[in-house]
Amino acid sequence: MACFIVPAAEAVIVSVASKLTASNEKEIETVNVELDGENVEAVKKVPFSRKLKWLSNLLWGGSGLLAFEHVWHGEVTPWFPFLTAANDSADLLSMFQEMSTVGVTMAAIVTAVWGVFLAVSSSAEKKASNGLLSAEKGR
Amino acid sequence: MTLLVTVFAAVISTVVWYAGAYKSGMKVGMLCFMYWGASLMWLADAVFEYAETGAEFFTPSAAEMLNDFYLGLSVVALGLVIWVAVLLIKDPKGVVKAAILRK
Repeated sequence: MACFIVPAAEAVIVSVASKLTASNEKEIETVNVELDGENVEAVKKVPFSRKLKWLSNLLWGGSGLLAFEHVWHGEVTPWFPFLTAANDSADLLSMFQEMSTVGVTMAAIVTAVWGVFLAVSSSAEKKASNGLLSAEKGR
Repeated sequence: MTLLVTVFAAVISTVVWYAGAYKSGMKVGMLCFMYWGASLMWLADAVFEYAETGAEFFTPSAAEMLNDFYLGLSVVALGLVIWVAVLLIKDPKGVVKAAILRK
């Protein structure tokens, strides 16, 4: 009915958080990566604002395409009140129920998958810096 | 069916991205985010529908399947249109600018 509104609302919050974080990040940290045992290349660490952007992209993209599905099924209209469920109080109740169950689950699944991305990315960055430390100790 | 079509689109766009598109500046990553985001959301929807209808979820009627397939293709097409529009507006390779300025 209107489950996409929950991830869309999260997308708005995450986008704002991403912009605020980006304005507070002063310098991008670099990590030196040893490529072939001799050559060391400086690689920029992914800033947290960019990681937040991944989440906002997932949420915006998903909720945008889901909004289209709701238009397809006639649940969203281009005229006021935009949601057909808003015309009837019984439908409105089931809409809120759907938002609190399906909508919240959608947002939670997307956020959980982003959390896995984050863990993988952090682990790769840690491995890169540890590799450099051991290479420096070996010299 | 819509979930299935979107998952295929997500997998294909990810393979294209992995094959080198991330270096080409064609913004294929945007397609990946869009399709994966929608796939995850439809997955949640499918879980709730399965919980409600049980095994019936896997045996839709031919008319339902056709409508969902049509919707899936339309969703993929919409994603591609958004991607092309962003690509042309941001114009990372300067192709549009060069075409407009060329006499």
